[in-house]
Amino acid sequence: MAYQRRPVVWDIDYIAPTGKLVAIIGPNGAGKSTLIKAALDLIPRVSGRIKFFGKPYRSVRDRVAYVPQRTSVDWDFPVSALDVAAMGLYRRIGWCRWVTRPYREQALQALDRVGMADYATRQIRQLSGGQQQRVFLARALAQDADLYLMDEPFAGVDAATERAIVSLLQELRAAGKTALVVHHDLQTVSEYFDEVLLLNMRLVAAGRTKDVFTAENLRRTYGGKLSLLDQVGARIAGQ
Amino acid sequence: MIRNLRPNESGSVSALRSCSILLGTLLLFLLCPNALFAAEAPASPSAIVRVLTLQDYNTRVVLLGTSLLGVCGGIVGVFMLLRKRSLIGDVIGHSALPGIAIAFIVTQIISPGTGKNLPILMFGAFVFGLAGAVCVLLIERYSRIRADAALAIVLSLFYGLGTSLLTAITRMPTASAAGLSSFLNGKTASLLAGDVWVFAGASLLLTIVTLALFKELCLLCFDSNYAGASGWPVFWLDALLIGLVAGVTIVGMQTVGLILVVAILIIPAASARFWTDDVRHLTWMAALLGALSAGVGTLVSSMAPRLAAGAVIVLSGTLVFLVSLFGGTQRGLFWKWREHRRRRARIGRHDLLRAMYELIEATQPDIDIPEQRLILARVPQSRILEKRSWSPRRVDQLIRRAIRGELLESHNDGTFSLTPEGAALARRAVRNHRLWELYLITYADVAPSQADYDADQIEHVLGPEMIRELEERLTRQCGTSLPASPHTLDLPGPTI
Repeated sequence: MAYQRRPVVWDIDYIAPTGKLVAIIGPNGAGKSTLIKAALDLIPRVSGRIKFFGKPYRSVRDRVAYVPQRTSVDWDFPVSALDVAAMGLYRRIGWCRWVTRPYREQALQALDRVGMADYATRQIRQLSGGQQQRVFLARALAQDADLYLMDEPFAGVDAATERAIVSLLQELRAAGKTALVVHHDLQTVSEYFDEVLLLNMRLVAAGRTKDVFTAENLRRTYGGKLSLLDQVGARIAGQ
Repeated sequence: MIRNLRPNESGSVSALRSCSILLGTLLLFLLCPNALFAAEAPASPSAIVRVLTLQDYNTRVVLLGTSLLGVCGGIVGVFMLLRKRSLIGDVIGHSALPGIAIAFIVTQIISPGTGKNLPILMFGAFVFGLAGAVCVLLIERYSRIRADAALAIVLSLFYGLGTSLLTAITRMPTASAAGLSSFLNGKTASLLAGDVWVFAGASLLLTIVTLALFKELCLLCFDSNYAGASGWPVFWLDALLIGLVAGVTIVGMQTVGLILVVAILIIPAASARFWTDDVRHLTWMAALLGALSAGVGTLVSSMAPRLAAGAVIVLSGTLVFLVSLFGGTQRGLFWKWREHRRRRARIGRHDLLRAMYELIEATQPDIDIPEQRLILARVPQSRILEKRSWSPRRVDQLIRRAIRGELLESHNDGTFSLTPEGAALARRAVRNHRLWELYLITYADVAPSQADYDADQIEHVLGPEMIRELEERLTRQCGTSLPASPHTLDLPGPTI
């Protein structure tokens, strides 16, 4: 299984291993979201190839689940948490068919896996940011994919949601699934992820977290501006 | 006001749009009644009865046609509203005008005298309506011009073109353009039963297509990125939605007219949004409201045959909108206003009682003041005024309300004291407030100077469950059930 990529952000060659959690790290504007969107054919690529499981994306779409940034949609939309989770099943339901009871049950199970079953009938505007993020994850889970592409699932969520997402990621890994996660919090990278992709318009470094997530690589990614970096670097060096 | 009502930009645009349609139509009524009413005497009572009891075959058929149009406009409009493309309907309506004119001219040239062939005119309108919508989308996509400007540019361009072509037609030697202008304002009463069957069929078809693709359209409107990533043809769904809107525009052209056709798309959907938070209910409701306003409008204009039908339909729709705007159970202004007033009153009451308590507390040695002493203590109004940054008027108002609510008692010397209920409520308010402050300081690394401000905002929304949790975690540290204010106290536990 390979995802060879060379999208609008340039010079990115990376093959993600199966059954691992991969963090995509980089400063604002580094092209993290762009990379994911380009991989999913949402924005045109100038050049480059992306393969999922050795095939083009079109033919294996159903094995890939996308979790967009929470802020990319209007949460005032008149649907409930269950409706959103059920959207993950729409492909399986097919054109012009309504969402019937068995599918609603499945959506409810997906919500249950992220601890949101009690909120199933809530209108999504009445959920907190973390709960909204979990509903998005439930939608991806309902798809029952093999590869999950998550765009900043940890951004602005509460501690309970962060724990829920982490245990979910571990659950996915245990089931042999792969997750590529755009991540912001450098402090938790080594704790949560097996592999890291350091990105700043181009690929800085990629590989196993303990090999690649070094102070030197971080400085090359972020330009050494943040004092936080030094702290994190020191911690890594100390380990 | 309207921004509060609908937080997203496009929602407020459509609300504004609905308001402006209402105002425009009202103005039309006020300024030129002659344009709307026939010069002849108003309809006789017996004619009104005939219309209302649907005795004429023609009235029945026209009513059926316009109601179906209302249903289909309402349903398609829901998705237009949710896709935040409310004004595309307006663009399509205005852009259709040159299409009609050109279709008329072309048929007139090919075979003189047959220019008013309805299917050909409708085809022209459809093509140009779509062309207008596509222009907007292209400008939006490939230039740096924003959507609002793109809409305005395309709309005025096409409408200008249409108007000049119409003027040219009236000067054509062979043709009479009479009747073409009825496409602008609509003319329900002059509809023929045969035409109406066509419209009814088209409305039904549009409705069925929309409902069949209900799930897909919902997904498109909610999260087009996700829809695209999971393999739905987002571009074609978008194109289909625009096609549906164009369809409604063309069907509505003879009934409400090209200019006002956007109203039968937006007003029912926007009105229904005030009543429900579920897209399925929203759709049924918009369909119902659309049918209702179209039906009422048709009946009224059948009674006064020269009344512009489009205007009447839009007016009755706007009436529905106004009722929803104020009375809608989900986000109607009246309910919002009442809730806001209640919350304001509750917060004011708590703040006043807390100020009283703290003033009394400052004169007492213990942290936990016995109720007896709380009730006996008298506080002059000037002290309350000093304590908080309230205006004298606000303090006056708060005190008056508290006295009316039997929380405070006033005395002849101009001082106030707490009643037993007031004392109990004051204790509770102070306690909530301080628990929250302590919680913020202990757990959230908030500086004590900031905690007071935040606590003022949040203590009123702390539920009993939260209070219990805070109590368990925090009163333990302080030893009393009513912790002292952290502003004066050295806190036990974690330091910042």
